[in-house]
Amino acid sequence: MEYLLLLIPILPLTGAIINGTIGYFIQKRYGGQINGIIATTTISISFIIAIYLFFALLNLPLEQRRIILNLYNWVFAGSLSIDFELVMDPLSAIMVLVVSGVGALIHLYSIGYMHSDKSQWRYFSYLNLFAFSMLILVMANNLILMFVGWEGVGLCSYLLIGFWYQDIDKAVAGMKAFITNRVGDFGFLIGLFFLISGIRLIEGDYKMVSLSFDYLKEVSERLSGVHFGSFALLTIVGLLFFVGATGKSAQIPLYVWLPDAMAGPTPVSALIHAATMVTAGVYMIARLNFLYVHSPMALTVVAVVGALTALYAATMGFAQTDIKKVLAYSTISQLGFMFAAVGSAAFSSGIFHLMTHAFFKACLFLGAGSVIHAMSGEQDIRKMGGLKNRIPITYYTFLIASLAIAGIPGLSGFFSKDEILYKSFMSASGFMGIWGYVVFLLLLIATLCTAFYMFRLVFITFFGSEVRAGEEVAHHIHESPQAMTYVLIVLAFLSIVGGYVGLPEVFGVHSSIESFLEPVFEDSCKVLSLPSSHTAEWIIMLLSIFAAIIGIYAAYRIYYKNGYEGARPIRERIAPIHYVVENKYFVDEIYGFVFVDSVKIFSYLLSQFDKYVIDGIVNLAGKVTVLFANLDGLIDKYVVDGVVNVVAHGIKFIGERMRGLQTGRIQDYVYIMVSGGLLGLILIRVLIYFMK
Amino acid sequence: MMDITVREMLLVAAFLFSSGIFIILTRQNAIAILMGVELLLNAVNINFVAFDRFLFDRVDGNVAALINIMLAAAEVAVALAIVICIFRGIRTAETDRLDSLRG
Repeated sequence: MEYLLLLIPILPLTGAIINGTIGYFIQKRYGGQINGIIATTTISISFIIAIYLFFALLNLPLEQRRIILNLYNWVFAGSLSIDFELVMDPLSAIMVLVVSGVGALIHLYSIGYMHSDKSQWRYFSYLNLFAFSMLILVMANNLILMFVGWEGVGLCSYLLIGFWYQDIDKAVAGMKAFITNRVGDFGFLIGLFFLISGIRLIEGDYKMVSLSFDYLKEVSERLSGVHFGSFALLTIVGLLFFVGATGKSAQIPLYVWLPDAMAGPTPVSALIHAATMVTAGVYMIARLNFLYVHSPMALTVVAVVGALTALYAATMGFAQTDIKKVLAYSTISQLGFMFAAVGSAAFSSGIFHLMTHAFFKACLFLGAGSVIHAMSGEQDIRKMGGLKNRIPITYYTFLIASLAIAGIPGLSGFFSKDEILYKSFMSASGFMGIWGYVVFLLLLIATLCTAFYMFRLVFITFFGSEVRAGEEVAHHIHESPQAMTYVLIVLAFLSIVGGYVGLPEVFGVHSSIESFLEPVFEDSCKVLSLPSSHTAEWIIMLLSIFAAIIGIYAAYRIYYKNGYEGARPIRERIAPIHYVVENKYFVDEIYGFVFVDSVKIFSYLLSQFDKYVIDGIVNLAGKVTVLFANLDGLIDKYVVDGVVNVVAHGIKFIGERMRGLQTGRIQDYVYIMVSGGLLGLILIRVLIYFMK
Repeated sequence: MMDITVREMLLVAAFLFSSGIFIILTRQNAIAILMGVELLLNAVNINFVAFDRFLFDRVDGNVAALINIMLAAAEVAVALAIVICIFRGIRTAETDRLDSLRG
């Protein structure tokens, strides 16, 4: 059974490889539908296996609900030994179900959405590769393997945002996403190094360590005692990991890439930039709960940043006119809710909201995709309106999902959001103190804002008497193909019922998702227990319903009759504020100035320095060398060559004199020989004579 | 009759040797030079025999002279062959004309 675990990520990888290698020929020969079917089939089988394993998990006793597959020893460096190990425990089971389930639906939807694209093979290959990376991310049983998935999804996100790379803006959006993510990943990596050095401090240099989650959980207690200077190690690690999470999950201050990421195809926005990848940060913190609970300070930062993001992004949703951008800011805001939840040590509430959000936000995005499809590619909501009767299925599913995200009782978003509000309020009397109330208040206002901007979107897009786009577009409006509408219906259905796995305790039942996740979180909950109060929960529930209704009512008053124009009086009254919000608080410009331009100026200065100082030195050195080389050349020419030439000329001179001797006539030689012999004889004679 | 001693023998040999050298140095014809060389060899043979006969009275000198005679025959054979080759090549046996090794 363990080997089924391997099958879950391998199947989408197979699909990616098939589409990536021979997909082009398949599309050319049989049409792009086949590419889509291959991709959808692989991920669907993964989903079925995931369901099977989920039930297998349920059949195990509570304490043993873990299926582990240790494939092989993957990294072995010094005293670091990391296994390629996949795990299926309640937390990763939920993530795998969400990823493969929503993923399969969106693959199916993509077949319809992308039906006229030229390179569907590339699209489906990327999409499958994404599914593979994401599944590795959530099934990894150690930090290093998780990081592989973490980087893999970042890569696929980049590839898919820039899918239509001929459009320079889209390619740039892809790069922006990738680079912003790199900033976060840098924090993540440094956190990892800190963690390893901390482990070395408590374990000594030679003990084998594996960085698997079980191991980290074991040593977390001891790690909490380690301090670097005046900071606890786990606070540093927690905050650095959170930097990684802000990059991947688009939180302040690294959220800027997500709105631009809407340049990608809409199903991609739904799958990667709403339902799955962006939740990786939340998953990571929930997975490392045992580290975070030892650092209340890190948790507080996570919660406060999450809550700030939730409100901040929600306000930006007020002034956007691009249907997908509104949803993008909504995603950032909802991710803020999740971070507020995990930051309040309510890990299961965060995961619960992650799950319900995956359903309704995927539904909203795919609904938006369907609207864009109907409007022949138009994304500006000012040009929409009156679509209610023209594309009814899209309208109803979109409405259901909007109600869910707004937090209307009975729908999934209500339960999960209410749980987060309640837990953050309770954390105020727990470890967070006054910050807990701040988080709670921010989230409550964000709830109101959520309801407002969502229904602003609904009223402007679907209500009103006529379409405000041109005659041509209006005439062309049609409901999307069945592959798309069925997916919308399924997701709308899930948006309704998804919340019933986590009914609050005040209803007299025990939240089933919470008890399912208990094996993962129970030890952490013992460290940081939150108080509970039924009275508070009732009051908070009423407050959140109240906030949602106010938000919807305000949107109704302003936008129901005249669509976007209905807000003109208000807009004019608060023109400066509107201007700032419409331009996203100029954060992009500020980042552009602070980071991009400053780097540009700095590099210009460096280039000038390079040009004049470094190059000057180099040129000087070059000139000096040339001078010396010339001198050397002269010496060589006149002294060394002179000696050689004198020798050669001498030999030539002698040779010319001597050549006369070699006449080639044999008699001359004999003559010389005989005379020599005679001369020798005479010499000897004379010598003998004198020696006597 | 005057005794023939080693002195006379050596004088004959010296005369022969000098004649040989003279021929070699003066004649232009390769064949004639070869004849001069024969004279040199035979002068040496006479020396061998003379020394053996009058000084040691053993057989070694005679053997050496015999080997020399044989060598001379072989040498003449080879040398004549070379001369014939040269003659075929440049239609002359005049040694003054054979100066292609001149420096």
